[in-house]
Amino acid sequence: MTESTTAAPAEVRHPGALVPRKARDLTPRNRDAARPRLAARQTAWLLAAVVVLALLTAASLAIGARGLTLATVWQALTQFDPANGDHAVVHARIPRTVLGILAGGALGLAGAAMQGVARNPLADPGIMGVNAGAALAVVTGIYLFGVTSLSGYIWFAFVGAAAAAVVVYLIASMGRDGATPVKLALAGAALSAGLYSLMSVILVSSQDTLDRFRFWQVGGIAGREWSVVLPGFPFLAVGALIILATGRVLNSLALGDDIARGLGQRVGLTRAVTALGIVLLCGSATALAGPIGFVGLVIPHAVRSLTGPDYRWILPFSLVLAPALLLGADVIGRVVLLPGEVPAGIMTALVGAPVFVWLIRRGKGAGL
Amino acid sequence: MNLVETKPPVDLSLPVAKTGSKRPKLIAQHWRTAVLAFGVVLLFAATILLGSYTVTVPDFFKILIAHLTGGERIPGASFIVMENKLPRAVIGVMIGAAFGLSGGLFQTMLRNPLASPDVIGISYGASAAAVTAIVVFGATGPAVSGAALGGALGIAALIYAISRGPSLGSGGGNRGNAAGSRLILAGVGIAAALHAVVNFLMTRADIRTAADALVWLNGSLNSANWERAGMLALALLVLVPAVIALAGPLRILELGDDAAAGLGIRVGFTRLAVVITAVGLAAVATAAAGPVSFVAFLAGPIARRFTRKASLPASALVGALIVLAADYFAANLAPLLLDGTVLPVGVITGALGAPFLLWLLVTANRKDA
Repeated sequence: MTESTTAAPAEVRHPGALVPRKARDLTPRNRDAARPRLAARQTAWLLAAVVVLALLTAASLAIGARGLTLATVWQALTQFDPANGDHAVVHARIPRTVLGILAGGALGLAGAAMQGVARNPLADPGIMGVNAGAALAVVTGIYLFGVTSLSGYIWFAFVGAAAAAVVVYLIASMGRDGATPVKLALAGAALSAGLYSLMSVILVSSQDTLDRFRFWQVGGIAGREWSVVLPGFPFLAVGALIILATGRVLNSLALGDDIARGLGQRVGLTRAVTALGIVLLCGSATALAGPIGFVGLVIPHAVRSLTGPDYRWILPFSLVLAPALLLGADVIGRVVLLPGEVPAGIMTALVGAPVFVWLIRRGKGAGL
Repeated sequence: MNLVETKPPVDLSLPVAKTGSKRPKLIAQHWRTAVLAFGVVLLFAATILLGSYTVTVPDFFKILIAHLTGGERIPGASFIVMENKLPRAVIGVMIGAAFGLSGGLFQTMLRNPLASPDVIGISYGASAAAVTAIVVFGATGPAVSGAALGGALGIAALIYAISRGPSLGSGGGNRGNAAGSRLILAGVGIAAALHAVVNFLMTRADIRTAADALVWLNGSLNSANWERAGMLALALLVLVPAVIALAGPLRILELGDDAAAGLGIRVGFTRLAVVITAVGLAAVATAAAGPVSFVAFLAGPIARRFTRKASLPASALVGALIVLAADYFAANLAPLLLDGTVLPVGVITGALGAPFLLWLLVTANRKDA
């Protein structure tokens, strides 16, 4: 985002050009010629991303403690034979793969929209305190209400996540200059620390709660049945529709509140609607898959370097590439520690941290 | 939090003090620091004498003298006071002071009231290393402390290297601030990744081990003993003189890098020395008791509000006060509410510190706070 603005003056000062190159490009003829070409290129990239996701989906069905050939996977999907053990393995892997696609897509979309609405490249469910909110709610559910099943955790996690996200965003945008990156990061870190302390009060005094909770806490898509995945589907669908429709709005919000208002946006309303979509998406993703960090942070950034700052492209790309990362992390996690598994939530954090550090070193973190 | 409220309602009329008499203000500061010191002594006495097992003052001295001279011991009482209460309170004072000094150094050097070793993520380095030691290698006691120390120092070096860039060593005021932000952001990011590692290790452990690790992770004085107190005291004997030696140059550094360089301070060297000392203090305190959250962060701002000036001794005293008060609550009052569970002291400081940090964020009107 910053590159385009800082690059412009350099071009204006270009000695050979009587007319600034930027202005020449914006003559109607050139713009009309450039737009379809750009769109075609973006569409090609998007198709490539879909192919990558399809390949990883196939890999997720085929790879694991019991490796299968793609032919077997295809057979199991088209002509299922209940007596065949390999086919049963494939069918057992379908729910987690579907969940990986759903949760990954939700986190990617929510991350991109959050970064847009907060005008902040660091906004991410994990850093915004959503995970801590969901975690505290789940612990409360286990301890006070004796909830033991994954499908029971969903509702607690959902409410906790939503509450925490709202609180962090409100706190960070109070004070003089709104939600700056550092304030958001610190508000999220502070609220997370406080919530984890409260959670520790329960966990230290009840070992049973700790025993259940520690497996939810790592975040992963393994072992989820259809009964867990399906209830989340309507929330995810509504959230995704809301967010995908906000691309144009996010573009004008990126120019600043005043300009967006000048362009006819109702800034407060659009921000609230987008926030609702975000909470639906990352709340239910966290509820279904546990706290999975960094996907929502890393993917929009990687996407931005492909597409530029246009949210109408960033959002669909995030929707496709984030599940690819999550499935990829899940597949790697299945094979690095055989016969055990490293949950996807851990692998994404291990992949995400270096990227985060790289973003900070490039100086994008403090600015924008 | 009471510590803020009990501020005496003496108005020092700050603008006047700036132009005219500097003396009274200075004396008032000394008085306030003395009040803090008195508070630490009072609370120290309270934690030893009061609680679920009460000791009278004459009894305490009888026990202490008997212990030192090898005289006759009072069954039960001698053990509780000498092996449980006293080392616990001594370690509490020392880690409180160490965290307070460490936070004060970071906040002064980065010119950012929000910087502190636990917010920056050094504590997570200690946590990840210690939990690895507990879960993977089955370590206990000193080995865990050693691992925590190594982890804290290693992660501190990593974060410093990441945030270094061109400006932390040499740049002027504004750029130094950017490096400070980068330090905080790098810390937050690395902390999140280490958090994932800790969570993963917790799932691989036996549930009892995991419960032990959880107590350690919250920072607890439950396993305080003289051996640990001795090691901590030894480390502080090196680090506290270093702080005293650095206090002067650090004060000049606050004038800005250029002014400091003009006054003959080696800016880069001083900054590095301050970072190493501050990290060292946080690391040894974490090794002794685990990452007691938010003490380092809270001590500086509270001390500044109380003494009306950023001062390192006051930060140390406030740190000690916070730990003693929180531990008294965790060890004596919490069991009454929670059917006998002794909470780790860090749970109390975290539960109180987080709202305070959020409140600071809301009220901070600085540009990049």
